[in-house]
Amino acid sequence: MAEFEPKIIAFCCNWCTYAAADIAGTSRIHYPANVRIVRVMCSGTVDPIYILRAFEMGADGVLVAGCHEADCHYLNGPLKCDAMFEKIKKMVNTLGLEGERLRREMIAAAEAPIFAHVIEEMVEQLKKLGPSPLREGVKV
Amino acid sequence: MNLEDIINKTKTYYCLECGKCTAVCPVSRHNSNFSPRLMLERALMDSEGELIHDRELFSCLTCYACSHLCPSEVDYPVFTQKVRSLASSQGEHGDCAHSGTLLSLMRLMSRPNIKQRRLDWLDGCHTSEKSEILYFVGCAPYFEPIFEDIEVSPVNVARNSIRILNALGIEPMLLPNERCCGHDLLWTGDVETFKKLAQFNAEMIKESGAKKIVFSCPEGYRTFKIDYPQYVKLDCEPVHITELLAQNLSKLSLRPRAKREGSNPEVKKVTYQDPCRLGRHLGIYEPPRELIKAIPGIKLVEMEHSGDESICCGTSVWTNCSSCSKEIRIERLSEAKATGAELMITACPKCQIHFKCAMVDKGAEKGADVKMEVMDLVNLVANAMETQE
Ligand code: SF4
Ligand code: SF4
Ligand code: FES
Repeated sequence: MAEFEPKIIAFCCNWCTYAAADIAGTSRIHYPANVRIVRVMCSGTVDPIYILRAFEMGADGVLVAGCHEADCHYLNGPLKCDAMFEKIKKMVNTLGLEGERLRREMIAAAEAPIFAHVIEEMVEQLKKLGPSPLREGVKV
Repeated sequence: MNLEDIINKTKTYYCLECGKCTAVCPVSRHNSNFSPRLMLERALMDSEGELIHDRELFSCLTCYACSHLCPSEVDYPVFTQKVRSLASSQGEHGDCAHSGTLLSLMRLMSRPNIKQRRLDWLDGCHTSEKSEILYFVGCAPYFEPIFEDIEVSPVNVARNSIRILNALGIEPMLLPNERCCGHDLLWTGDVETFKKLAQFNAEMIKESGAKKIVFSCPEGYRTFKIDYPQYVKLDCEPVHITELLAQNLSKLSLRPRAKREGSNPEVKKVTYQDPCRLGRHLGIYEPPRELIKAIPGIKLVEMEHSGDESICCGTSVWTNCSSCSKEIRIERLSEAKATGAELMITACPKCQIHFKCAMVDKGAEKGADVKMEVMDLVNLVANAMETQE
Protein backbone atom coordinates (compact mmCIF):
# COMPACT_ATOMS: atom_id res chain seq x y z
CA MET A 1 0.00 0.00 0.00
CA ALA A 2 1.24 3.47 -0.81
CA GLU A 3 2.40 5.57 2.11
CA PHE A 4 -0.30 7.67 3.67
CA GLU A 5 -0.17 11.19 2.30
CA PRO A 6 -1.94 13.61 4.61
CA LYS A 7 -4.01 16.47 3.25
CA ILE A 8 -3.44 19.84 4.84
CA ILE A 9 -5.59 22.89 4.32
CA ALA A 10 -3.74 26.13 5.01
CA PHE A 11 -5.59 29.41 5.46
CA CYS A 12 -2.99 32.04 4.63
CA CYS A 13 -3.33 35.78 4.82
CA ASN A 14 -2.86 37.56 1.54
CA TRP A 15 -0.23 39.99 2.74
CA CYS A 16 2.19 37.79 4.61
CA THR A 17 1.94 34.04 4.65
CA TYR A 18 0.48 33.75 1.19
CA ALA A 19 3.33 35.91 -0.07
CA ALA A 20 5.76 33.72 1.85
CA ALA A 21 4.36 30.63 0.11
CA ASP A 22 4.65 32.46 -3.17
CA ILE A 23 8.28 33.36 -2.56
CA ALA A 24 8.97 29.78 -1.45
CA GLY A 25 7.74 28.79 -4.90
CA THR A 26 9.67 31.38 -6.90
CA SER A 27 12.85 30.65 -4.93
CA ARG A 28 12.34 26.93 -5.59
CA ILE A 29 12.37 25.94 -1.95
CA HIS A 30 11.19 22.36 -1.79
CA TYR A 31 8.39 21.41 0.54
CA PRO A 32 5.85 18.59 0.47
CA ALA A 33 2.93 18.90 -1.91
CA ASN A 34 0.40 17.89 0.77
CA VAL A 35 -0.85 21.38 1.40
CA ARG A 36 -3.74 23.18 -0.29
CA ILE A 37 -3.59 26.87 0.35
CA VAL A 38 -6.69 28.97 0.75
CA ARG A 39 -5.91 32.64 0.48
CA VAL A 40 -7.80 34.90 2.88
CA MET A 41 -7.47 38.65 3.18
CA CYS A 42 -6.41 38.55 6.80
CA SER A 43 -5.97 35.88 9.47
CA GLY A 44 -8.63 37.79 11.41
CA THR A 45 -11.27 36.69 8.90
CA VAL A 46 -10.79 33.00 9.59
CA ASP A 47 -13.91 31.72 11.29
CA PRO A 48 -14.24 28.41 13.19
CA ILE A 49 -16.51 27.17 10.42
CA TYR A 50 -13.64 27.33 7.87
CA ILE A 51 -11.68 24.91 10.00
CA LEU A 52 -14.60 22.62 10.77
CA ARG A 53 -15.60 22.48 7.12
CA ALA A 54 -12.04 21.54 6.20
CA PHE A 55 -12.23 18.61 8.62
CA GLU A 56 -15.71 17.71 7.39
CA MET A 57 -14.39 17.59 3.84
CA GLY A 58 -11.56 15.28 4.72
CA ALA A 59 -8.58 17.38 5.81
CA ASP A 60 -6.07 15.61 8.08
CA GLY A 61 -4.62 18.86 9.35
CA VAL A 62 -5.38 22.57 9.19
CA LEU A 63 -2.95 25.49 9.34
CA VAL A 64 -4.01 29.05 10.02
CA ALA A 65 -1.23 31.48 9.24
CA GLY A 66 -0.89 35.22 8.78
CA CYS A 67 1.15 38.29 9.60
CA HIS A 68 3.04 38.89 12.80
CA GLU A 69 1.07 41.04 15.19
CA ALA A 70 2.54 44.40 14.19
CA ASP A 71 2.38 43.70 10.44
CA CYS A 72 -1.34 43.08 9.96
CA HIS A 73 -2.82 45.33 7.29
CA TYR A 74 -6.07 45.54 9.21
CA LEU A 75 -4.57 46.37 12.61
CA ASN A 76 -5.77 43.63 14.92
CA GLY A 77 -6.34 40.59 12.70
CA PRO A 78 -3.80 38.37 14.45
CA LEU A 79 -5.36 39.13 17.85
CA LYS A 80 -8.79 38.24 16.54
CA CYS A 81 -7.35 35.14 15.01
CA ASP A 82 -5.70 34.12 18.28
CA ALA A 83 -8.97 34.55 20.18
CA MET A 84 -10.82 32.50 17.56
CA PHE A 85 -8.08 29.90 17.64
CA GLU A 86 -8.40 29.39 21.40
CA LYS A 87 -12.07 28.53 20.92
CA ILE A 88 -11.69 26.26 17.93
CA LYS A 89 -8.82 24.44 19.64
CA LYS A 90 -11.19 23.49 22.44
CA MET A 91 -13.89 22.32 20.04
CA VAL A 92 -11.44 20.30 17.98
CA ASN A 93 -10.07 18.76 21.17
CA THR A 94 -13.59 17.78 22.23
CA LEU A 95 -14.07 16.21 18.81
CA GLY A 96 -11.17 13.98 19.78
CA LEU A 97 -8.60 15.24 17.28
CA GLU A 98 -4.94 15.41 18.28
CA GLY A 99 -3.55 18.90 18.93
CA GLU A 100 -1.04 18.54 16.09
CA ARG A 101 -3.81 18.51 13.52
CA LEU A 102 -4.50 22.17 14.04
CA ARG A 103 -1.73 24.73 13.93
CA ARG A 104 -1.46 28.49 14.17
CA GLU A 105 1.57 30.34 12.84
CA MET A 106 2.68 33.86 12.08
CA ILE A 107 4.85 33.87 9.00
CA ALA A 108 5.96 37.12 7.37
CA ALA A 109 6.27 37.57 3.62
CA ALA A 110 10.06 37.30 3.81
CA GLU A 111 9.96 34.07 5.80
CA ALA A 112 9.55 31.61 2.93
CA PRO A 113 11.93 29.04 4.45
CA ILE A 114 9.88 29.07 7.66
CA PHE A 115 6.72 28.41 5.69
CA ALA A 116 8.38 25.43 3.99
CA HIS A 117 9.64 24.19 7.33
CA VAL A 118 6.22 24.41 8.99
CA ILE A 119 4.65 22.38 6.20
CA GLU A 120 7.43 19.78 6.38
CA GLU A 121 6.97 19.45 10.12
CA MET A 122 3.19 19.16 9.86
CA VAL A 123 3.39 16.51 7.16
CA GLU A 124 5.81 14.50 9.27
CA GLN A 125 3.59 14.71 12.34
CA LEU A 126 0.44 13.88 10.40
CA LYS A 127 2.07 10.89 8.77
CA LYS A 128 2.72 9.53 12.26
CA LEU A 129 -0.84 10.23 13.35
CA GLY A 130 -2.46 8.72 10.26
CA PRO A 131 -5.71 9.84 8.63
CA SER A 132 -8.12 12.01 10.58
CA PRO A 133 -10.72 9.91 12.44
CA LEU A 134 -13.32 12.36 11.19
CA ARG A 135 -12.41 11.53 7.62
CA GLU A 136 -14.08 8.20 7.05
CA GLY A 137 -16.96 8.14 4.69
CA VAL A 138 -15.63 11.16 2.86
CA LYS A 139 -14.15 10.90 -0.60
CA VAL A 140 -10.77 12.54 -0.51
CA MET B 1 -42.10 12.13 1.86
CA ASN B 2 -43.50 14.31 -0.93
CA LEU B 3 -45.60 17.40 -0.49
CA GLU B 4 -48.85 15.47 -0.69
CA ASP B 5 -47.76 13.10 2.09
CA ILE B 6 -46.74 16.06 4.18
CA ILE B 7 -50.13 17.70 3.67
CA ASN B 8 -51.84 14.46 4.70
CA LYS B 9 -49.67 13.86 7.70
CA THR B 10 -50.02 17.34 9.12
CA LYS B 11 -53.75 17.69 8.27
CA THR B 12 -52.95 20.79 6.27
CA TYR B 13 -56.08 20.57 4.19
CA TYR B 14 -58.29 21.04 7.22
CA CYS B 15 -57.00 24.61 7.33
CA LEU B 16 -59.92 27.05 7.58
CA GLU B 17 -57.80 30.04 6.68
CA CYS B 18 -58.87 31.65 9.91
CA GLY B 19 -55.41 33.18 10.38
CA LYS B 20 -55.15 32.48 14.09
CA CYS B 21 -51.71 30.98 13.49
CA THR B 22 -50.34 34.10 11.88
CA ALA B 23 -51.98 36.27 14.50
CA VAL B 24 -50.25 34.48 17.37
CA CYS B 25 -46.94 33.81 15.63
CA PRO B 26 -44.08 35.75 17.24
CA VAL B 27 -42.17 35.81 13.96
CA SER B 28 -45.07 37.21 11.94
CA ARG B 29 -45.44 39.98 14.49
CA HIS B 30 -42.01 41.33 13.63
CA ASN B 31 -41.51 40.07 10.10
CA SER B 32 -44.42 40.77 7.80
CA ASN B 33 -42.97 38.53 5.07
CA PHE B 34 -43.66 35.46 7.14
CA SER B 35 -47.09 33.97 7.59
CA PRO B 36 -47.77 30.33 8.49
CA ARG B 37 -51.25 30.60 7.00
CA LEU B 38 -49.87 31.71 3.65
CA MET B 39 -47.26 28.97 3.70
CA LEU B 40 -49.99 26.38 4.12
CA GLU B 41 -52.08 27.98 1.43
CA ARG B 42 -49.15 27.76 -0.95
CA ALA B 43 -48.73 24.10 -0.14
CA LEU B 44 -52.40 23.50 -0.86
CA MET B 45 -52.22 25.38 -4.14
CA ASP B 46 -49.56 22.84 -4.99
CA SER B 47 -46.82 25.29 -5.67
CA GLU B 48 -44.09 23.11 -4.20
CA GLY B 49 -41.38 25.03 -5.99
CA GLU B 50 -42.47 28.32 -4.53
CA LEU B 51 -42.70 26.85 -1.05
CA ILE B 52 -39.32 25.17 -1.10
CA HIS B 53 -37.47 28.19 -2.37
CA ASP B 54 -39.25 30.65 -0.08
CA ARG B 55 -36.63 32.41 2.02
CA GLU B 56 -39.01 32.44 4.97
CA LEU B 57 -39.31 28.66 5.16
CA PHE B 58 -36.47 28.68 7.67
CA SER B 59 -37.90 31.54 9.75
CA CYS B 60 -40.38 29.45 11.74
CA LEU B 61 -39.27 28.73 15.31
CA THR B 62 -41.29 25.52 15.45
CA CYS B 63 -42.54 26.86 18.76
CA TYR B 64 -46.07 25.40 18.45
CA ALA B 65 -47.81 28.64 19.41
CA CYS B 66 -49.83 28.40 16.19
CA SER B 67 -50.85 24.77 16.27
CA HIS B 68 -51.73 25.13 19.91
CA LEU B 69 -54.51 27.53 18.90
CA CYS B 70 -55.42 26.10 15.51
CA PRO B 71 -59.09 25.02 15.46
CA SER B 72 -58.27 22.36 12.86
CA GLU B 73 -55.24 20.96 14.63
CA VAL B 74 -52.95 21.54 11.69
CA ASP B 75 -49.44 20.59 12.76
CA TYR B 76 -47.50 23.52 11.38
CA PRO B 77 -44.14 22.77 13.03
CA VAL B 78 -44.06 19.23 11.63
CA PHE B 79 -45.18 20.61 8.27
CA THR B 80 -42.19 22.95 8.46
CA GLN B 81 -39.82 20.17 9.47
CA LYS B 82 -40.86 17.97 6.55
CA VAL B 83 -40.93 20.71 3.93
CA ARG B 84 -37.47 21.76 5.06
CA SER B 85 -36.21 18.27 4.42
CA LEU B 86 -37.63 18.50 0.88
CA ALA B 87 -35.99 21.89 0.50
CA SER B 88 -32.68 20.72 1.87
CA SER B 89 -32.59 17.83 -0.59
CA GLN B 90 -32.73 20.51 -3.27
CA GLY B 91 -29.85 22.43 -1.75
CA GLU B 92 -31.88 25.04 0.13
CA HIS B 93 -30.99 26.00 3.67
CA GLY B 94 -31.62 28.76 6.13
CA ASP B 95 -29.18 31.45 7.20
CA CYS B 96 -26.87 29.82 9.71
CA ALA B 97 -26.17 31.60 12.97
CA HIS B 98 -22.52 31.49 14.05
CA SER B 99 -21.67 30.77 10.40
CA GLY B 100 -22.96 27.25 10.82
CA THR B 101 -20.30 26.23 13.35
CA LEU B 102 -22.77 24.42 15.57
CA LEU B 103 -24.45 22.50 12.78
CA SER B 104 -21.03 21.49 11.47
CA LEU B 105 -20.05 20.14 14.89
CA MET B 106 -23.27 18.14 14.92
CA ARG B 107 -22.55 16.67 11.51
CA LEU B 108 -19.00 15.80 12.54
CA MET B 109 -20.39 13.83 15.48
CA SER B 110 -22.03 11.50 12.97
CA ARG B 111 -18.64 10.30 11.69
CA PRO B 112 -18.27 6.64 12.67
CA ASN B 113 -14.64 6.72 13.86
CA ILE B 114 -14.89 9.75 16.08
CA LYS B 115 -13.56 9.33 19.63
CA GLN B 116 -14.57 12.41 21.56
CA ARG B 117 -13.02 13.87 24.68
CA ARG B 118 -16.21 15.34 26.01
CA LEU B 119 -16.06 14.60 29.73
CA ASP B 120 -13.17 16.60 31.15
CA TRP B 121 -15.37 18.77 33.37
CA LEU B 122 -16.64 16.23 35.89
CA ASP B 123 -14.94 17.56 39.02
CA GLY B 124 -17.13 17.20 42.06
CA CYS B 125 -19.49 14.81 40.24
CA HIS B 126 -20.00 11.17 41.08
CA THR B 127 -20.72 8.99 38.11
CA SER B 128 -20.59 5.25 37.70
CA GLU B 129 -19.65 2.78 35.00
CA LYS B 130 -22.82 0.83 35.40
CA SER B 131 -26.14 2.27 36.46
CA GLU B 132 -29.76 1.99 35.45
CA ILE B 133 -29.80 5.74 35.01
CA LEU B 134 -27.93 7.52 32.29
CA TYR B 135 -27.46 11.28 32.15
CA PHE B 136 -27.46 12.68 28.61
CA VAL B 137 -25.01 15.57 28.51
CA GLY B 138 -25.95 16.95 25.11
CA CYS B 139 -23.92 19.55 23.26
CA ALA B 140 -22.81 21.47 26.38
CA PRO B 141 -19.08 20.70 25.95
CA TYR B 142 -19.20 22.21 22.47
CA PHE B 143 -21.32 25.22 23.44
CA GLU B 144 -18.96 26.10 26.28
CA PRO B 145 -16.11 27.78 24.36
CA ILE B 146 -18.49 29.43 21.91
CA PHE B 147 -20.59 31.19 24.51
CA GLU B 148 -18.08 31.96 27.23
CA ASP B 149 -17.94 35.55 25.94
CA ILE B 150 -21.56 36.11 26.93
CA GLU B 151 -21.03 34.30 30.21
CA VAL B 152 -23.16 31.27 29.61
CA SER B 153 -21.81 27.99 30.87
CA PRO B 154 -23.86 25.02 29.69
CA VAL B 155 -21.24 22.68 31.17
CA ASN B 156 -21.98 24.13 34.58
CA VAL B 157 -25.63 23.12 34.14
CA ALA B 158 -24.51 19.59 33.27
CA ARG B 159 -22.22 19.49 36.29
CA ASN B 160 -24.95 20.74 38.60
CA SER B 161 -27.43 18.27 37.13
CA ILE B 162 -25.13 15.41 38.08
CA ARG B 163 -24.53 16.88 41.54
CA ILE B 164 -28.25 17.12 42.13
CA LEU B 165 -28.71 13.53 40.99
CA ASN B 166 -25.91 12.61 43.41
CA ALA B 167 -27.83 14.31 46.21
CA LEU B 168 -30.74 12.01 45.40
CA GLY B 169 -28.43 9.04 45.72
CA ILE B 170 -28.09 8.53 41.99
CA GLU B 171 -24.66 8.11 40.42
CA PRO B 172 -25.54 8.24 36.76
CA MET B 173 -23.74 6.65 33.88
CA LEU B 174 -22.46 8.88 31.05
CA LEU B 175 -21.63 7.96 27.48
CA PRO B 176 -17.99 8.95 26.80
CA ASN B 177 -18.64 9.11 23.07
CA GLU B 178 -22.21 10.38 23.22
CA ARG B 179 -23.34 11.92 19.93
CA CYS B 180 -25.48 14.97 19.43
CA CYS B 181 -29.16 13.99 19.65
CA GLY B 182 -29.61 15.43 16.15
CA HIS B 183 -32.45 17.79 17.03
CA ASP B 184 -31.10 20.74 15.09
CA LEU B 185 -30.30 18.65 12.03
CA LEU B 186 -33.76 17.10 11.99
CA TRP B 187 -35.43 20.51 12.19
CA THR B 188 -33.18 22.03 9.53
CA GLY B 189 -34.05 19.22 7.14
CA ASP B 190 -30.88 17.09 7.32
CA VAL B 191 -32.73 13.85 8.07
CA GLU B 192 -29.94 11.57 6.82
CA THR B 193 -27.39 12.81 9.33
CA PHE B 194 -30.05 12.87 12.02
CA LYS B 195 -30.70 9.18 11.45
CA LYS B 196 -27.02 8.34 11.74
CA LEU B 197 -26.75 10.17 15.05
CA ALA B 198 -29.89 8.47 16.33
CA GLN B 199 -28.54 5.04 15.40
CA PHE B 200 -25.20 5.65 17.12
CA ASN B 201 -26.89 6.87 20.28
CA ALA B 202 -29.43 4.05 20.31
CA GLU B 203 -26.66 1.46 19.95
CA MET B 204 -24.52 2.95 22.70
CA ILE B 205 -27.49 3.21 25.01
CA LYS B 206 -28.50 -0.35 24.35
CA GLU B 207 -24.98 -1.52 25.14
CA SER B 208 -24.94 0.52 28.34
CA GLY B 209 -28.02 -1.26 29.63
CA ALA B 210 -29.59 1.96 30.90
CA LYS B 211 -33.27 1.91 31.80
CA LYS B 212 -33.80 5.62 32.19
CA ILE B 213 -32.16 8.61 30.49
CA VAL B 214 -32.20 11.92 32.30
CA PHE B 215 -32.03 15.15 30.30
CA SER B 216 -31.43 18.70 31.42
CA CYS B 217 -31.89 19.87 27.82
CA PRO B 218 -35.50 20.05 26.59
CA GLU B 219 -34.49 19.57 22.97
CA GLY B 220 -32.65 16.33 23.60
CA TYR B 221 -35.59 15.20 25.68
CA ARG B 222 -38.14 15.95 22.97
CA THR B 223 -35.96 14.27 20.37
CA PHE B 224 -35.62 11.07 22.36
CA LYS B 225 -39.23 11.03 23.42
CA ILE B 226 -41.00 11.91 20.19
CA ASP B 227 -38.58 11.61 17.27
CA TYR B 228 -36.27 8.70 18.05
CA PRO B 229 -39.07 6.12 18.29
CA GLN B 230 -39.88 6.86 14.66
CA TYR B 231 -36.38 5.94 13.53
CA VAL B 232 -34.68 3.68 16.10
CA LYS B 233 -35.54 1.23 18.86
CA LEU B 234 -34.97 2.52 22.38
CA ASP B 235 -35.58 0.29 25.37
CA CYS B 236 -35.39 2.97 27.98
CA GLU B 237 -37.46 5.79 29.25
CA PRO B 238 -36.42 9.42 28.73
CA VAL B 239 -37.20 11.80 31.60
CA HIS B 240 -36.57 15.47 32.09
CA ILE B 241 -34.64 16.37 35.19
CA THR B 242 -37.39 18.72 36.40
CA GLU B 243 -39.88 15.84 36.35
CA LEU B 244 -37.52 13.65 38.31
CA LEU B 245 -36.77 16.37 40.84
CA ALA B 246 -40.39 17.40 41.29
CA GLN B 247 -41.16 13.79 42.26
CA ASN B 248 -38.33 13.80 44.79
CA LEU B 249 -38.74 17.25 46.30
CA SER B 250 -38.68 16.06 49.90
CA LYS B 251 -35.26 14.48 49.43
CA LEU B 252 -33.66 17.68 48.21
CA SER B 253 -33.76 19.84 51.36
CA LEU B 254 -33.72 23.21 49.69
CA ARG B 255 -32.81 26.38 51.52
CA PRO B 256 -31.99 29.84 50.31
CA ARG B 257 -28.28 30.51 50.17
CA ALA B 258 -28.44 33.76 52.15
CA LYS B 259 -30.09 32.00 55.06
CA ARG B 260 -27.29 29.49 55.20
CA GLU B 261 -24.86 32.36 55.29
CA GLY B 262 -26.58 33.65 58.39
CA SER B 263 -28.43 36.72 57.16
CA ASN B 264 -32.16 36.92 56.82
CA PRO B 265 -32.93 36.86 53.14
CA GLU B 266 -35.42 39.09 51.50
CA VAL B 267 -37.87 37.35 49.28
CA LYS B 268 -36.52 37.31 45.78
CA LYS B 269 -38.97 37.55 42.91
CA VAL B 270 -38.28 35.32 39.94
CA THR B 271 -40.07 34.56 36.71
CA TYR B 272 -39.92 31.48 34.53
CA GLN B 273 -39.46 31.14 30.78
CA ASP B 274 -41.12 27.98 29.48
CA PRO B 275 -38.94 26.45 26.77
CA CYS B 276 -41.12 25.59 23.76
CA ARG B 277 -39.85 22.01 23.70
CA LEU B 278 -40.67 21.40 27.34
CA GLY B 279 -43.91 23.36 27.33
CA ARG B 280 -46.04 23.19 24.22
CA HIS B 281 -44.16 20.27 22.67
CA LEU B 282 -44.39 18.00 25.72
CA GLY B 283 -46.86 19.65 28.06
CA ILE B 284 -44.45 19.95 31.00
CA TYR B 285 -45.47 23.17 32.71
CA GLU B 286 -45.90 22.22 36.34
CA PRO B 287 -42.77 20.31 37.42
CA PRO B 288 -40.43 23.28 36.88
CA ARG B 289 -42.85 25.54 38.73
CA GLU B 290 -43.17 23.11 41.63
CA LEU B 291 -39.40 23.09 41.93
CA ILE B 292 -39.13 26.86 41.91
CA LYS B 293 -41.89 27.21 44.48
CA ALA B 294 -40.20 24.66 46.72
CA ILE B 295 -37.22 26.92 47.21
CA PRO B 296 -37.81 29.06 50.27
CA GLY B 297 -37.13 32.75 49.93
CA ILE B 298 -38.20 32.77 46.31
CA LYS B 299 -41.47 33.95 44.89
CA LEU B 300 -42.52 32.97 41.40
CA VAL B 301 -44.31 35.66 39.42
CA GLU B 302 -45.66 34.86 35.97
CA MET B 303 -45.17 36.90 32.83
CA GLU B 304 -48.11 38.18 30.83
CA HIS B 305 -47.67 35.21 28.51
CA SER B 306 -46.79 32.08 30.41
CA GLY B 307 -47.39 28.36 30.37
CA ASP B 308 -48.94 27.32 27.09
CA GLU B 309 -49.05 30.96 25.97
CA SER B 310 -45.38 31.44 26.59
CA ILE B 311 -43.30 33.19 23.91
CA CYS B 312 -40.28 31.54 22.32
CA CYS B 313 -36.80 32.97 22.88
CA GLY B 314 -36.64 33.93 19.22
CA THR B 315 -34.30 31.57 17.38
CA SER B 316 -34.30 27.86 16.97
CA VAL B 317 -31.84 25.38 15.47
CA TRP B 318 -29.16 28.07 15.00
CA THR B 319 -30.94 29.26 11.90
CA ASN B 320 -32.30 32.59 10.69
CA CYS B 321 -31.23 34.50 13.78
CA SER B 322 -32.21 37.98 12.66
CA SER B 323 -33.22 41.41 13.86
CA CYS B 324 -36.66 39.88 14.22
CA SER B 325 -35.24 37.33 16.69
CA LYS B 326 -33.71 40.15 18.67
CA GLU B 327 -37.00 42.01 18.76
CA ILE B 328 -38.79 38.92 20.05
CA ARG B 329 -36.18 38.64 22.81
CA ILE B 330 -36.38 42.29 23.76
CA GLU B 331 -40.15 42.05 23.95
CA ARG B 332 -39.92 38.95 26.10
CA LEU B 333 -37.33 40.50 28.39
CA SER B 334 -39.57 43.52 28.80
CA GLU B 335 -42.40 41.22 29.84
CA ALA B 336 -40.09 39.61 32.34
CA LYS B 337 -39.01 43.00 33.67
CA ALA B 338 -42.62 44.10 33.98
CA THR B 339 -43.28 41.36 36.53
CA GLY B 340 -40.85 43.06 38.90
CA ALA B 341 -38.73 39.92 39.01
CA GLU B 342 -34.98 40.22 39.49
CA LEU B 343 -34.23 36.92 37.88
CA MET B 344 -35.45 35.06 34.83
CA ILE B 345 -35.23 31.31 35.16
CA THR B 346 -34.73 29.27 32.03
CA ALA B 347 -34.69 25.53 31.57
CA CYS B 348 -33.03 25.29 28.17
CA PRO B 349 -29.41 26.21 27.45
CA LYS B 350 -30.40 27.94 24.24
CA CYS B 351 -33.00 30.21 25.87
CA GLN B 352 -30.30 31.41 28.20
CA ILE B 353 -27.82 31.95 25.37
CA HIS B 354 -30.38 33.86 23.33
CA PHE B 355 -31.52 36.17 26.12
CA LYS B 356 -27.99 36.92 27.27
CA CYS B 357 -26.95 37.62 23.70
CA ALA B 358 -29.82 40.07 23.27
CA MET B 359 -28.81 41.87 26.45
CA VAL B 360 -25.22 42.19 25.29
CA ASP B 361 -26.28 43.24 21.82
CA LYS B 362 -29.06 45.66 22.68
CA GLY B 363 -27.89 46.53 26.17
CA ALA B 364 -26.37 49.83 25.17
CA GLU B 365 -29.51 50.91 23.38
CA LYS B 366 -32.18 49.61 25.75
CA GLY B 367 -30.19 49.70 28.97
CA ALA B 368 -31.93 48.80 32.18
CA ASP B 369 -35.18 48.03 30.38
CA VAL B 370 -33.89 44.66 29.30
CA LYS B 371 -31.07 43.90 31.72
CA MET B 372 -31.79 41.17 34.19
CA GLU B 373 -30.15 38.14 35.66
CA VAL B 374 -30.83 34.90 33.78
CA MET B 375 -30.18 31.54 35.36
CA ASP B 376 -30.87 27.93 34.54
CA LEU B 377 -33.33 26.16 36.83
CA VAL B 378 -30.78 23.44 37.54
CA ASN B 379 -28.30 26.01 38.82
CA LEU B 380 -30.98 27.63 40.96
CA VAL B 381 -31.78 24.30 42.58
CA ALA B 382 -28.10 23.44 43.02
CA ASN B 383 -27.53 26.80 44.73
CA ALA B 384 -30.34 26.10 47.14
CA MET B 385 -29.18 22.62 48.07
CA GLU B 386 -27.64 22.19 51.50
CA THR B 387 -25.04 19.75 50.26
CA GLN B 388 -23.66 22.49 48.06
CA GLU B 389 -21.77 24.24 50.88
S1 SF4 C 1 -54.93 28.53 12.73
FE1 SF4 C 1 -55.14 26.53 11.70
S2 SF4 C 1 -57.05 26.72 10.53
FE2 SF4 C 1 -56.46 28.80 11.10
S3 SF4 C 1 -55.28 29.53 9.33
FE3 SF4 C 1 -53.81 28.69 10.78
S4 SF4 C 1 -53.55 26.55 10.14
FE4 SF4 C 1 -55.40 27.31 9.15
S1 SF4 D 1 -44.35 27.35 15.17
FE1 SF4 D 1 -44.13 29.36 16.17
S2 SF4 D 1 -42.77 30.51 14.82
FE2 SF4 D 1 -43.52 28.76 13.61
S3 SF4 D 1 -45.32 29.55 12.56
FE3 SF4 D 1 -46.04 28.63 14.46
S4 SF4 D 1 -46.13 30.33 15.90
FE4 SF4 D 1 -44.86 31.00 14.18
S1 FES E 1 -3.37 41.20 7.00
FE1 FES E 1 -2.14 39.47 7.49
S2 FES E 1 -3.03 38.87 9.39
FE2 FES E 1 -4.17 40.69 8.95
